[in-house]
Amino acid sequence: MKLPIYLDYASTTPVDPRVLEVMKNHLSVEGNFGNPASRSHSFGWKAEEAVEDARFKVASLVNCDTREIIWTSGATEADNLAIKGVAKFYKSKGNHIITSKIEHKAVLDSCRQLEREGFEVTYLDPDENGLISPDTVKKVITDRTILVSLMHINNEIGVINDIKSIGEITREKGIIFHVDAAQSTGKVKIDLADLKVDLMSFSAHKTYGPKGIGALYVSRKPRVRLEAQIHGGGHERGMRSGTLPTHQIVGMGEAFHIANQEMELEVERIKGLRDKFWNGLKDIEEVYLNGDLEQRAAGFLNVSFNYIEGESLIMALKDIAVSSGSACTSASLEPSYVLRALGLKDELAHSSIRFAVGRFTTDEEIDHTLDLVRDSVEKLREISPLWDMYKDGIDMDSIEWAAN
Amino acid sequence: MAYSKKVIDKFENTINEPHKHSVGRWDPKEEDVGTGMVGAPACGDVMRLQIKCKERGNSHVIEDVKFKTYGCGSAIASSSELVDMLKGKTLEEAKVIKNSEIAEALDLPPIKIHCSVLAEDSIRQAIEDYESKI
Repeated sequence: MKLPIYLDYASTTPVDPRVLEVMKNHLSVEGNFGNPASRSHSFGWKAEEAVEDARFKVASLVNCDTREIIWTSGATEADNLAIKGVAKFYKSKGNHIITSKIEHKAVLDSCRQLEREGFEVTYLDPDENGLISPDTVKKVITDRTILVSLMHINNEIGVINDIKSIGEITREKGIIFHVDAAQSTGKVKIDLADLKVDLMSFSAHKTYGPKGIGALYVSRKPRVRLEAQIHGGGHERGMRSGTLPTHQIVGMGEAFHIANQEMELEVERIKGLRDKFWNGLKDIEEVYLNGDLEQRAAGFLNVSFNYIEGESLIMALKDIAVSSGSACTSASLEPSYVLRALGLKDELAHSSIRFAVGRFTTDEEIDHTLDLVRDSVEKLREISPLWDMYKDGIDMDSIEWAAN
Repeated sequence: MAYSKKVIDKFENTINEPHKHSVGRWDPKEEDVGTGMVGAPACGDVMRLQIKCKERGNSHVIEDVKFKTYGCGSAIASSSELVDMLKGKTLEEAKVIKNSEIAEALDLPPIKIHCSVLAEDSIRQAIEDYESKI
């Protein structure tokens, strides 16, 4: 077993070796290096062919038409294009946007920007399991609502929103529905022919493809229009200009193709590892699983270890790569806004660790991590004054803490 | 967060051998014990520092120290570092310990300076508590 152990697959994934092989063939003079937009020679034609083959593979994974896939630099750009592009194109129809408090910053910050430009945004609260119910969406729709933007799988806790039911509501009202699916591909089945979703953001690097490439699905039936955010050259039907990075695009295509072929088996295997991990943790005293256990993507475990601060636990788990909702690991020194929106007390948000299992995680790595977590939790509680107080039966809410 | 080797070593030594590093507690009601508790769980750090003192001549000397800390790695390292500084000092000497001494001893990154401030607050409080008893 090699150390350190990577258990941060929700943050990014390594490029699958099969993806790397394909990418290598599209860079150098011996390879397919041409500009896909060059129409006057075979270098361009060959590159275009590779790009279109990749587009087909991406479209196949999510069951849509190839003409509905627009390449972007990643899910962040896809979110920006979807939200700002729709808001600006449809502003004569209305100025109200609905999203949730636990979206990725790419969505939240895009919405904040639109607020500065005069749009009104409703930020929905999730329920205590992290889910946005279709009913809560329905309740806040007004005749000025033009867009609903919600994530499919939450990046911190891994819970899965019911985008099928939400899509029924928005479609009936003629409101555009954007879904950030950066975490979904290869983890859950997506059938865009069935879902009433108008725009969907994808990322390659969360699905064993390269960083720096993603895509936006833009529905043709019904037809959704966008105002471009990047101009110059009119690539991607004028919706996103810029020379296409062939090597990254074929990488994304291959990664999504592998996901399409292997998802079923892989999800089973990863779920097995995750369940084993949780079963090994849940008997520890004062340990809480954040987010719904059933409606959750395989691989995700977000756990709060009460009376231990998350960053110190990460430091104790020094050969394990994980992330935390603790303020100390964020630049803003605020605990996770996602966990707080779930109604978690600040101290439980500070105590949270996200473990994300993936394609290259082994049984042995899970065993090793479990041993280490159990040992570290014990050590850190030994040194925690809050643990003493808990053991003494002191109600910590009754104490007047001096805020620092 | 890139920590200095000093913070990492201090943190690891403290949690791996708590008894060698004065981790523990006394009954705060004991006559010769001063207790300081600073921070808040919601803010992510709480330190409890206790000093055991003895009158010597016309001053009081810190004979032993115990602490427990809930917080990030540098909060734990800062309190452990402070404990090392305190042993054998008179209260007058302990009172003038500055957070910057702790921060320097551990090479704390700027964003973690508040951990050393908290440690400084904890000794002030512990001394105050002890002095209220004599």
